Amino acid sequence: MILVNYDKILKFQFNGKHYEGYEGDTLASALLRENVKVVGRSFKYHRPRGIFGSGSEEPNALVKLEGSNTHEPNRRATSIKLYDGLKANSQNYIGNVKFDILALNDYIHPFISAGFYYKTFMWPKSFWEKVYEPIIRRAAGLGTLSTEPDPDRYDKGYLHCELLIVGSGPAGLKMALDASRNGKKVILVDEDFIMGGQLLSNEIDINGSSSLQWVEQTLSELRNSSNVRIMTRTSVYGVYDHGIYGALETVTDEIERPGARQILWRIYANKSVLASGATERPIAFPNNDRPGVMLASAVQTYNKRFDVKCGDNISLFTNNSGANLSKISNLIDTRDGSHIVNVHGRNLIRSITLNSGKKINSDCLAVSGGWNPNLQLTCHKRGRPKWNEKLSCFVPDNSNLPNNMYVIGSANGSFSTQSVFNDVSDLSEQLGYRITEKIKTEDNPLNLKPFWFVKSKKRSWVDFQNDVTVKDITLAHQEGFSSVEHVKRYTTLGMATDQGKTSNVIGLAVLADATNKTIPETGTTIFRPPYTPISIGAFAGAHKGKHFKPIRLTPSHEFASENGATFVDTGYWKRAQWFSQDKEVTWRDSVDREVLMTRNSVGICDVSTLGKIDIQGKDAGKFLNKIYINTFSTLKVGKCRYGLMLREDGIAMDDGTSARLSETHYIMTTTTAKAGSVYSHLEFCRQVLFPNMDVHIISTTDQWAQFSIAGPNARNLLSKIIDPSFNISNETFPYMACAEITICSGVRARIFRLSFSGELAYEISVPSRYGDALIRKLISAGKEFNVTMYGTEALGVMRIEKGHAAGNELDGRNTPVNLGLSGLMAKKKDYIGKTLSSREKLSGNETMVGFLSVNPSDKLTNGSHFVNIGDKILPENDQGHMSSVAYSPILERYIGIGFLKNGKDRYDETLKAIDFLQNNHVEVKVVSPHFIDPNGDRLRA
Amino acid sequence: MIINHPLLGPRDSSEFTYRGDAVLLNRPDPNSESLLNDYYEYQYIRNNTHGFMKELWFHEQGDRSWLVVTRNTLTHEIIKVELASEYKRENK
Amino acid sequence: MTYSALKIFKEALTGHKGWKPVWRKSIAQNSYDIIIIGGGGHGLATAFYLAKQFKQKKIAVLEKGWVGGGNVGRNTTIIRSNYMLNKNQAFYEFSLKLWERIEKDINYNAMVSQRGIINLFHSDAQRDSYIRRGNTMRIHGTDAILLNQDEVKKKYPFLNYDNARFPIKGGLWQPRGGTVRHDAVAWGYAHAADKYGVDIIENCEVVGFDIANGKCLGVKTNKGNIKANKIGVAVAGNSSKVMNMAGMRLPIESHVLQAFVSEGLKPILPGVITYGAGHFYVSQSDKGGLVFGGDIDGYNSYAQRGNLPVVEDVCEGGVSLMPMIGKARLLRMWGGIMDMSMDGSPIIDKTHISGLYFNGGWCYGGFKATPASGYSFAHLLATDTHHEVAKNYTLDRFKSGLTIDEKGQGAQPNLH
Repeated sequence: MILVNYDKILKFQFNGKHYEGYEGDTLASALLRENVKVVGRSFKYHRPRGIFGSGSEEPNALVKLEGSNTHEPNRRATSIKLYDGLKANSQNYIGNVKFDILALNDYIHPFISAGFYYKTFMWPKSFWEKVYEPIIRRAAGLGTLSTEPDPDRYDKGYLHCELLIVGSGPAGLKMALDASRNGKKVILVDEDFIMGGQLLSNEIDINGSSSLQWVEQTLSELRNSSNVRIMTRTSVYGVYDHGIYGALETVTDEIERPGARQILWRIYANKSVLASGATERPIAFPNNDRPGVMLASAVQTYNKRFDVKCGDNISLFTNNSGANLSKISNLIDTRDGSHIVNVHGRNLIRSITLNSGKKINSDCLAVSGGWNPNLQLTCHKRGRPKWNEKLSCFVPDNSNLPNNMYVIGSANGSFSTQSVFNDVSDLSEQLGYRITEKIKTEDNPLNLKPFWFVKSKKRSWVDFQNDVTVKDITLAHQEGFSSVEHVKRYTTLGMATDQGKTSNVIGLAVLADATNKTIPETGTTIFRPPYTPISIGAFAGAHKGKHFKPIRLTPSHEFASENGATFVDTGYWKRAQWFSQDKEVTWRDSVDREVLMTRNSVGICDVSTLGKIDIQGKDAGKFLNKIYINTFSTLKVGKCRYGLMLREDGIAMDDGTSARLSETHYIMTTTTAKAGSVYSHLEFCRQVLFPNMDVHIISTTDQWAQFSIAGPNARNLLSKIIDPSFNISNETFPYMACAEITICSGVRARIFRLSFSGELAYEISVPSRYGDALIRKLISAGKEFNVTMYGTEALGVMRIEKGHAAGNELDGRNTPVNLGLSGLMAKKKDYIGKTLSSREKLSGNETMVGFLSVNPSDKLTNGSHFVNIGDKILPENDQGHMSSVAYSPILERYIGIGFLKNGKDRYDETLKAIDFLQNNHVEVKVVSPHFIDPNGDRLRA
Repeated sequence: MIINHPLLGPRDSSEFTYRGDAVLLNRPDPNSESLLNDYYEYQYIRNNTHGFMKELWFHEQGDRSWLVVTRNTLTHEIIKVELASEYKRENK
Repeated sequence: MTYSALKIFKEALTGHKGWKPVWRKSIAQNSYDIIIIGGGGHGLATAFYLAKQFKQKKIAVLEKGWVGGGNVGRNTTIIRSNYMLNKNQAFYEFSLKLWERIEKDINYNAMVSQRGIINLFHSDAQRDSYIRRGNTMRIHGTDAILLNQDEVKKKYPFLNYDNARFPIKGGLWQPRGGTVRHDAVAWGYAHAADKYGVDIIENCEVVGFDIANGKCLGVKTNKGNIKANKIGVAVAGNSSKVMNMAGMRLPIESHVLQAFVSEGLKPILPGVITYGAGHFYVSQSDKGGLVFGGDIDGYNSYAQRGNLPVVEDVCEGGVSLMPMIGKARLLRMWGGIMDMSMDGSPIIDKTHISGLYFNGGWCYGGFKATPASGYSFAHLLATDTHHEVAKNYTLDRFKSGLTIDEKGQGAQPNLH
């Protein structure tokens, strides 16, 4: 039965010492073979701890797994597959693991009983944070997290199957066989690196074969079935809605190895079968946490599967017939009235005292307090298990399992191997599979008489890792914490990294005893995902660092990169913020130049990021009338109009222009930030509110490259690239005109005479694939006009100079009244937001105005609040805030836009702008927000 | 969660965005007598149903359909998925 | 029972025999002056301040399960007062001041730990909005400091500065922000309210109201009918369900918010960090677990559990911000039911039914509000007038237009 390969030696280090193990070992089995007994320290009392279990239930043997630059804390030695060169260290000690200075805590334990910290450290007040808490914090935690970036790769994958089988013991294997033979698409997973579950450590006869032979035969057939996927080292950690299961596959434990270390799978399964077995539970007795005390099943597994003797003189302490260890020196069976009253030895047990007074020598004490079905996954959708009195354990409650989940085998409380196979036969029949093979095997019912803990004045451990003892639970009850959830929270029972796999039910039994209730009356705590702890890195997968979110590039991105652009993130877009030229030192040098060159001659900005929505249909105009506060059905073909749209609650949602290309065809532009949400809003209006309108919409943001060409020479520049058959003179193509044209000898384009900057300006769009060519063409054609590219900063400066609201003003709290746009609100038609915008107090009294510093050399800062001169800086005196600020190279001073109480009526008033954060308090004058060309002469030129 | 799209079949819910109770389908008549109150209730007041409710989901990462999904808020079970536009026409 | 170091010392030497229940197990009487429905943080705090501050007598707290079993026992324990809108900032600053003296008030160590909270920004626009917010805070006398990238780096050298999709440009830091041991808040208020004679009745579920002629006269519970002059409802998460028994519909949707805890780790994170470029915030508990969360799942739910897309989204944010936490493991995740209101702000108000008062709509920010919520709800119940800091949290604000929309998302709860 031995499943280690003695021919394949693996060298490893633990706590700096060199050891050897074999292929097939876990770190735990190799350490035990090498006689390493103290592996870690407990959380609170820092007691020495050894290996206790053999799988994911392990509470004690937590180690730090080392990589070259980083490490992984809190790994269970029982689930690390040994590899050559492995390095691991103990954790949670000062000094060394066998002599930990913090073990002092163990001697002062009466003073630090459960919840002691809630009752003290309150005086003097400042001492909690300055003195006590830092001490508690320093003592807390188990392993240390490296501050180095996690170097490992994590992949994600999606799988679909008809039947997901969790667990590969006798139940899972046989179920997989039946399903496979019936042509079902099956995924079989197990968290171990070898399939077989308990059959790997129990020698039983199955249909005349040994258990291992049967496992190998079955696996061989499954491996040859194309409809079965077998996944070892894969832990199903969670059950989610509609048949979605989360699973984590460990590819390797090695850190910084090429390829993925772990794969996070999302498995979509029509049905699932939980065949996850059961976990042995211990019995609580004084000093039961000492190294050398182990679960009986673990002793058995190390012996049979790994060929490791856990001691020379093994005793068995049990309350049931299930533990079938072969070579034991002493049997202490509670069913015979005997039990343990103390265990002696610190770093390894030496002897045991029985209730008879007899003291026996022993270096390994195997304990079996019965079995708990691994039913965690049945509770992930908040179902609760039910208590089985005969088996003295919780079993799944079939009435509240997740949809299409079935539980079989010992996970279902079927503890004899024969009953496990019977479960499979029953389920196969239920699922309509034709059963191919009856199995005959061991059928010994579990004989168990509950015995949970030894009553004693000494400390008996329930939760090993968190150092929760029987006394802590009874104390909690004494203090009124008798609900299970209270006990858990007050004592930290079951909150450790083992998630209470070995402690929860004993804790309940102790509480039941204290409250004089039965266990089912006492309750059960709910199990939540994950079944075992999962690396945060695995959940994140590849979406981290620079790949955290996608990157969208504008059509002129390459050109901008070549021309000194600094990029800014706008949503997922990278937009050119400014273009540095030689000799420009600061960003302001570049931005000021871009503004001046544009205002003096011509500048070009990539505005492709603005949302572009194509709206077509007989009712397109009618539709837009509902969307915008102003009317669009009357817009003439070949014209654009500025529009403001509201949310239904009357608050401004977005603004932009819409152009009418034909009777039935409009093109809407939105702001960059709102492109997505406006589009979904339009679809909402079209499909949900007005499904009878004949209108269709599609986002074309990515399909069109669009450039703004602004400045007095804009027309001269454009004229050079427009095909001769089109005329864009002021007379034929006035302000707010639009047209479909061709440029550069036949390239399809759209042209709109729009201005965000306040200059004579056009926006021209071409299919995206021509974007790069067009920008290059425009720049070369513009040389004679000294054309400049300008970025989002210059764009922002010019729009503030012009007094246009943008994202800072359209912040989801302002109405058309606040924005000074109430004149646009149509009286006669209905539109989204019309009714609720009429609520009397919605707009308050803040309106958008402009600000200049009284002293022209004073800098204005965005985010300042205003108070009246002479008023104290108090909340009740807050007059509003500054929302946008720019340095205007035209006016040669800072200008700002903001919202001010009764702002419109306060032009020329002087206020104080308060900015504590940047320590910039300045006197400002209230002015119109339109700083340049308020009459719009330039843009109509 | 999986939403069984009436045109596209089962789709993972992460392809969708959620809007809320399907009462939003019933935008009040702009000529109503009790206009302000109707809109106030429409916009702000919810049954916040325990159990099955009809709600609006938008297939943003898909075909951009707005769907009316009948889903249980206690269990997340979904029993019906319809196109919002068809639902509205049929329930006029 | 009064707690002190001396008491612990004495008990330690005498086998801990003298400890009494932290609060009495009360049996419901036939009538009370004031009944609070909901034995969570807000309900217990309300009862405590009613008894202590407003000298009210004959008070009962009815809890359908166990004390502190709702959102006060399942949150990410953060306290802060860093709001942008004046109407919110006044309230949350008042709350923070109450946190700062809570041990003294309730004789229970709730482990208020003001290690600082930092909200990171990643763009100029975000910085500007944090400056506006920080200035609101300062105008309210709250501490707020703008940090540049170097200053953030000094505090948190291990964040991702170089290899980030959205590089950290700086942060808004509130030194007085921090965390509190959440369960201890419920237990502590229960302990303190009990000392003032408040009856705390667990496993007592309200199944109806006794309403006649527009006046609420009492409640019907699974343990019988109880009369009261005034009834305050503080059951956030289930507000709609409870108020529906009084025939009221609310501007609230219930959503699921997931939260996460890692395995215990040695101290690495001094304060609270909020990522500005993704849905992720994190602190480290006194036990060593990284406590973190992100966005709500986004759909109406009472299931108290969420789904995987949000788990992955939150962890993506976490690893992007702190690349080292890839090697930490997620130990527990859970979902709480949030009362998501239509403007993202809470409601503390009378109702149109005389004698029935409502406290709810806390979205996912209810924990830090616990003391101020309790205090101002007690004020309203005792005096029938609003406390100054909570006077804007009215029910009628949606009708009048005086909504308090910190995020600017309008009547769509899943965006707040």
